[in-house]
Amino acid sequence: MSAILRKPWLWSFVAAGTVWVVTILATGGASTVGLSQATLTFAAFSVIVGIGQMFVITLGPGNIDLAVPSTMTLAGTMALKYMDRVESLVLPGLAMAIGIGVGIGVINYILIKALRIPPIITTLAMSFVIQSAAIATNRGLRIKPPDSMADFTIGLTFGVPNVALVALLISVAAWALLNRTVYGRWISAIGQSLPAARMAGIPVDGVRLATYVLCAVLAAVCGYLLACFSGGAALNMGAEYLLVSIAVVVIGGTAVAGGDSNVPGIWGASLFMFLVVSMLNTYGFGAGFRLISTGTIIIAVILLASVRRYAP
Amino acid sequence: MRRPSSEALRLALPIMALAALLIGIFVMRPNVMSYNGLHLLFKLGIPIALATLAQMVIMSVNDLDLSMGSFISFVACVTATWLVDAPVIGALILLVAIATYALLGMVIAYRGLPSIVVTLGMSFVWAGLAVLVLPTPGGTAPAWVTAIMSARPAAMPMGIAGSILIAVLAHILIMRSSFGVLIRGVGGNERSVARAGWSVLWARGAAYATAATFAVAAGITLVGLMTSADANIALRYTLLSIAGVILGGGEFIGGRVSAIGAVFGALTLLLAGSFLTFLKVSPDWQIGAQGLILILILALRLLLARLERNGLRA
Repeated sequence: MSAILRKPWLWSFVAAGTVWVVTILATGGASTVGLSQATLTFAAFSVIVGIGQMFVITLGPGNIDLAVPSTMTLAGTMALKYMDRVESLVLPGLAMAIGIGVGIGVINYILIKALRIPPIITTLAMSFVIQSAAIATNRGLRIKPPDSMADFTIGLTFGVPNVALVALLISVAAWALLNRTVYGRWISAIGQSLPAARMAGIPVDGVRLATYVLCAVLAAVCGYLLACFSGGAALNMGAEYLLVSIAVVVIGGTAVAGGDSNVPGIWGASLFMFLVVSMLNTYGFGAGFRLISTGTIIIAVILLASVRRYAP
Repeated sequence: MRRPSSEALRLALPIMALAALLIGIFVMRPNVMSYNGLHLLFKLGIPIALATLAQMVIMSVNDLDLSMGSFISFVACVTATWLVDAPVIGALILLVAIATYALLGMVIAYRGLPSIVVTLGMSFVWAGLAVLVLPTPGGTAPAWVTAIMSARPAAMPMGIAGSILIAVLAHILIMRSSFGVLIRGVGGNERSVARAGWSVLWARGAAYATAATFAVAAGITLVGLMTSADANIALRYTLLSIAGVILGGGEFIGGRVSAIGAVFGALTLLLAGSFLTFLKVSPDWQIGAQGLILILILALRLLLARLERNGLRA
């Protein structure tokens, strides 16, 4: 029991569960199924980008990918334009999104490595370039996704949203990658001490490259799914995911200083973030109070986490 | 001959970048080379320079403020409403905001919290407060702010004069005063500052309060130029200010910052936008080209650093 209590991800689930109950109470239980399905759907998108961001943050201080939103937008835009509602191009379209992710990840890391620019500035500068590419491709058109993809992303399997199942698959794979492969150990080692990792003979550059590519690919896949889900790619579709992708990593109990990551926590945090917004909506609070509460909660969570970590 | 100090070399790049952009603009549009032309070109210089300096102070203690844009937007909303209708209450709100920043700095120091996360949370709070203060775009600028910002000094346009004045004041405060040495010391080696008998807690609090003061000035001057405000007015300043500090030769860690460099970095980013417009770059690619300029200048900086090292070896 005490071993479970010490798990850093526990608190995000406790918090998400509490908010869920409070929201259900407000509606007298009428919205239980609908609310849960909506939460799972929207949390799924945060989980997918959050996992990518988590891998990057685990690499250690200074590592962060600010190009996540623009990568989502570009991948969604280009894939939908390429598919142009043709059913047979669904898989090639997904492959295209993944290819865009790989390309962006590789360029990001080449710039970080060759120019020795801090990742936060590299990915920021790259996000400008990627966003421009998306604007030039999109030109204000809103191309609908192929019907089968639209149905799939909106649909349910045994009452569970399909996108949540996709996110679950990705999470399990990410958990296995982190905890059961040498690559996962390498990421943590680099995050704890880069010089030590290098001395130990870890292929530091290869691992960091793979991590930036992984993050960009997950962002691209999320952009593809989100564009299909919302019936078309919009130029601002990724905007809110910049802060969300970082927030879910931190609330989920991953160490911001790197070297210690946490996949289950991302789920707890993503559910929690969406539920807080719906709870405040249910109780009729305006946009201002919603934002203030979200911010206060992020700070409260990080404060509580620090109490646990540094308690004597 | 005495070798130029490495600080001077660091400063050379942002100055050269700004000069290159300026020359490029003059060549394409000779009529910009006039009082009015420069006035328009550097119009937004003062708020951007102030925002970049605010970020620089935070970065000098090894932190990063992701809420800078939403804080300045909040200040702008307060300026355009309370500071006009009830100046005393407006001023009090801004003072409380500065005190909040100081408190945040102390909490971050006391608990050893990551500043990125705390300011990320605060960015939601400031954005929410801005929406509460000014739900729809509007308001007016206080008369005295408009009067200052629309002044036309004889020697040079207000944007340039103000930026120079701000750069000099910030240089004295951060680079020359003992207070500046203390906060940069916290960024350099926190433990040794503590061993020397200073309170890191108060130093960080003071650094955050200083940064907030710069940011409040940025918000007020921005409203003076725009003559109204909205809750999203300065959101892009978060990333712009970080890029400006780095462009100006600052580092994320170690307390290595340069106030004059930061102002030059901010003005370079400001001019990059106009430069691209004059180049007739398609609006689609404008922000992308700004990203490329940023990468190009940082690549040059690496080259300069290499030359500097080789020079030392020779």
